[in-house]
Amino acid sequence: MDAHLIAAAPDSGPYLQAAAERRFPGGATIEARFEVPRPGFSVTVLFGPSGSGKTTALRLLAGLERADRGSIQVDGTVWSDAGRHIHLPPQVRDLGFLPQAYSLFPHLSVAANLSYGLAALDARQRAARVAELLALLDLGGLGDRHPGELSGGQQQRVALGRALARKPRLLLLDEPLSALDRPSQLRLRKELRELLRALDIPTILVTHDRAEALQLGDRLVVMDQGRVCQSGGIQQVFDRPTDPAVARILGVETVVLGQVESVSEGMATLAVGPARLLGADPGNLGRLAFVCIRGEDVAVERGCGPGFGSTARNRLPARITTLHPEGSLVRIALDAGFPLESLVTRQACTDLRLTEGDQVCAILKAAAIHLIPHD
Amino acid sequence: MAPLMDWQAIRLSLWLASLTTLVLLILGLPLAYWLAFSRRRWKFLVEAVVAMPLVLPPTVLGFYLLLAMGPRSPLGRAWEGLFGSTLPFSFEGLLIASVLYSLPFMIQPLAAAFASVDRGLIEASWCLGVSRPGTFLRVIAPLSWAGILTGLVLSFAHTLGEFGVVLMVGGNLPGRTRTVSIAIYDQVQAMDYGPAGRTAALLLGVSFLVLAFTYALRRRQRKPWTLI
Repeated sequence: MDAHLIAAAPDSGPYLQAAAERRFPGGATIEARFEVPRPGFSVTVLFGPSGSGKTTALRLLAGLERADRGSIQVDGTVWSDAGRHIHLPPQVRDLGFLPQAYSLFPHLSVAANLSYGLAALDARQRAARVAELLALLDLGGLGDRHPGELSGGQQQRVALGRALARKPRLLLLDEPLSALDRPSQLRLRKELRELLRALDIPTILVTHDRAEALQLGDRLVVMDQGRVCQSGGIQQVFDRPTDPAVARILGVETVVLGQVESVSEGMATLAVGPARLLGADPGNLGRLAFVCIRGEDVAVERGCGPGFGSTARNRLPARITTLHPEGSLVRIALDAGFPLESLVTRQACTDLRLTEGDQVCAILKAAAIHLIPHD
Repeated sequence: MAPLMDWQAIRLSLWLASLTTLVLLILGLPLAYWLAFSRRRWKFLVEAVVAMPLVLPPTVLGFYLLLAMGPRSPLGRAWEGLFGSTLPFSFEGLLIASVLYSLPFMIQPLAAAFASVDRGLIEASWCLGVSRPGTFLRVIAPLSWAGILTGLVLSFAHTLGEFGVVLMVGGNLPGRTRTVSIAIYDQVQAMDYGPAGRTAALLLGVSFLVLAFTYALRRRQRKPWTLI
């Protein structure tokens, strides 16, 4: 629908280039430092714990915060450049902003909320655009309601529709699903992704939910304490965090320090407590390395004999310290001489009759062990 | 025979209160907006000045106004040069005094209402391309209806009931500066209790009804815009 708006511009730089920071009285500094490449549609996720500055970074892009340093360029237009005292107000940045609280105008109907920013159109065009948005977002028949009379999911869609109404060049979504209950979140994640792809508007999305980031994002910008720690393709960042802080923020369950014992043929053996682990050599190992293991990559078996029928290279005797159900999954905390977490299905847990205190075998493929040098 | 009431004074008071409220609304909207949203460090000084009439004795305010409007002050001279008449003991002088005297009764409800509008709504409006004045008219003002109503009613009622400032600045000229409160005072001084009592009862009744109506409206669960 909106493809004509973001036809690839002639210049070849990134679509969005942000390298700006905002210093707050009291010392906190928040930066927005990442790029969105062209061409084509992508969702960039700003990810990090609460208080890491994600929302402020988004507000810098929106022009709701003024950058003290650096610049922001979108599609060949300078939106902000502290050095040249340029700060375009939000009104002229041509963006769609979905705030976390939705901020629908409570005194206006759904239709009036959707057409609020369409003063440039005449009455007929406005009505047509509102009808189009109501249909697109499955809000048919709700045009005359007021926001207070809508469910959370409907409010979310009205807020999204209002942000889309002017066919913006950039869409900014601040925790778009966090105000909803869990089942709605899961359902709307899929719908939102499909909608964004269909609309083909470059999107920056803030979330602290790892699953949401994985499901909605193409690119990931990891933030911590106001800084951008790492950015890149989502798989790349999740599979290869550059440092332990990023790994911890991404929710890689186990991050432990190990001693490198030997490296040969691309494989490294590390001592972690009493245990020995075999992992892929990242190429620059020194004496010490962080071992990052995701819970999904740890299997649990009864008995710990040599695994002749398995390609898994790591078989660690371990004791179950706690079992913690999480939806259809169970998070198992293990003591393998070091704390190790495993994420298994509830069914598997029941079948093996796993209970706390059991002696089991933790099984890890060497390829699933990510080593981050730490010397 | 004593008249039923001093109708001339009642008409004058109503006219003065209406004009004062109108002038205060026009001055108050931008000033209250500034007070609600400015981040100037010296804003507290302006806030203090606006609130002064709440604590100053009316005679003190009236005394300084009299000096400020007198023929030897710049304001008094400029007025005389422009209009050929003096400000003190005139209806225009009384209007200026009333505006200043009732200033906090308009500004404070307005500023409080503007400041309580969710910041997110204002920012959402900006991000939809709507200017700051446009945002004020389309978001802040409609959502501040209760505060605006309170400011209007309080300014009107307060002007209707003022006495000390009128006495200092306006005097007691029938048809020009003789307001209801002065008329009642005069009648009581003259032991004319009949008309004084009737005028006082009228003032009491009107004030109560207006305030009761205002608070009733503010209490409504349904906001006015949902009735449209």
